[in-house]
Amino acid sequence: MNKREGEGWSRRNAEAAQERDVHANSASPVIAAFKVFQQELDTRHDKHERLVKISRDVTIESKRAIFLLHRVTSVPDAERPPILNEAEGKLEGVRQKIGQIAEELRGEDIFQFHRAFTAGIQEYVEAVSFLHYIRHRGLISLEEINARLVFMKAENPDPKDPAEAAPSGAHVLTFQVTPADYLLGVADLTGELMRLCIGSVGNGDIDTPFQLSQFLRQIHDGFSYIGNTGPYEVSKKLHTLRQSLGKVEDACYALRVRGSEIPKHMLADVFCSRTAHLDTEEGVV
Amino acid sequence: MSVTEMFSCIQGFLSADQDVREDIRKVVQNLEQTAREILTVLQSVHQPAGFKDIPSKCARARELFCSVRTQMGELKTKFPAEQYYRFHEHWRFVLQRLAFLAAFVVYLESETLVTREEVAQILGIEVVREKGFHLDIEDFLAGVLIMASELSRLAVNSVTAGDYSRPLRISNFINELDSGFRLLNLKNDPLRKRYDGLKYDVKKIEEVVYDLSIRGLAKEAESGGDK
Repeated sequence: MNKREGEGWSRRNAEAAQERDVHANSASPVIAAFKVFQQELDTRHDKHERLVKISRDVTIESKRAIFLLHRVTSVPDAERPPILNEAEGKLEGVRQKIGQIAEELRGEDIFQFHRAFTAGIQEYVEAVSFLHYIRHRGLISLEEINARLVFMKAENPDPKDPAEAAPSGAHVLTFQVTPADYLLGVADLTGELMRLCIGSVGNGDIDTPFQLSQFLRQIHDGFSYIGNTGPYEVSKKLHTLRQSLGKVEDACYALRVRGSEIPKHMLADVFCSRTAHLDTEEGVV
Repeated sequence: MSVTEMFSCIQGFLSADQDVREDIRKVVQNLEQTAREILTVLQSVHQPAGFKDIPSKCARARELFCSVRTQMGELKTKFPAEQYYRFHEHWRFVLQRLAFLAAFVVYLESETLVTREEVAQILGIEVVREKGFHLDIEDFLAGVLIMASELSRLAVNSVTAGDYSRPLRISNFINELDSGFRLLNLKNDPLRKRYDGLKYDVKKIEEVVYDLSIRGLAKEAESGGDK
């Protein structure tokens, strides 16, 4: 009985498989419809993959620019402009990549593919606002960021339809950073500023930490003002922001308390050891 | 621009965004209500008594789709048309249910697979993105997959109600659907997860067909149909 049932099954399955093949080959309306769906889905997935790839490149290059910018604390003032210019050059390269994203998104709903490139854009916001802070000691605004993401593209003559190629020769592409991405990028910036602060204390710079703590406090107040009206990730980052702010405030506290006791010429030594102390604390936690 | 100004500007943007979402949620709630009503009407085809009266149930469902169209029209006014995907998550679930219901009605009426254009027309929306509020292809396919599991249930219940020919037709239909889905290269996403369930529906229906054929009931139904 069991055996016969088993046979029945395999035969039934073979028949079903055969039937399926016949159907797959035939031009039934269902199969025809699904061939169209296949094409549409593949196109969409390909675009998504391309965007993810560009976004990764944007992330990597932005991170490199940030590392480069961290070096400005350890060099004398005279050598800073070349570093800043080099960082600016790197960011210009990043902008070219964002131009590619804008090109991919031409005529699309940018929110459809937003997940593919949001990480890269946040990293870019972080890098560009970090550079802006080092230069101008202020927070770059969303408008300023968006204003630099305008691209002129030379119109490629369309090989399929040369008649349609616009004679004007160029078109303008813009890329808009969403307020949420901007916010998340700025939240990341605070981590970099904390590192910058500790780094400059290590180098005996006693002005930067106070400026930074003030700036960070403003940003922190801003984030508290937004609170949980923002996207979910913002409230997560707020916690890290608090930690960064705490470290910077501790550093300023130490500077103030011990700065009055110790002769100016010994300050650098004191804060070198103070940072070492902070670092070991970090290691334990 | 100072830091405080910048943040209050962004805060303004965020609360405007929340207002829009609140509006959308209200309309989507109504849509869900209507979808449940349609589902209740269509569920009764599983009752033995319901089999005799499929056309009138479809007609009733079609009437209810009228209010879906009005509610969809209302939903369209709640946000800028080009920001469809920004708020997509809010109506994704209900749109899939509605696509399923539309596909189910069309199947019960004509035993064919609904086209995307038909679903869009039943729901009063567009097919392509450029024209406004549209039916995303993934939502359409998800709706079709929900229908497949509903049909496997229908196959079982139609046997109970004494309709032996329906499972055979459903089997053919589902097999065709299955080979259709095989053509797609799905990513590891929710749609793929749902597609993975299709094989159980196929299996279930094959079991029903098998049970009928070893008892000669399928033949009987065929000859009965020929008469």
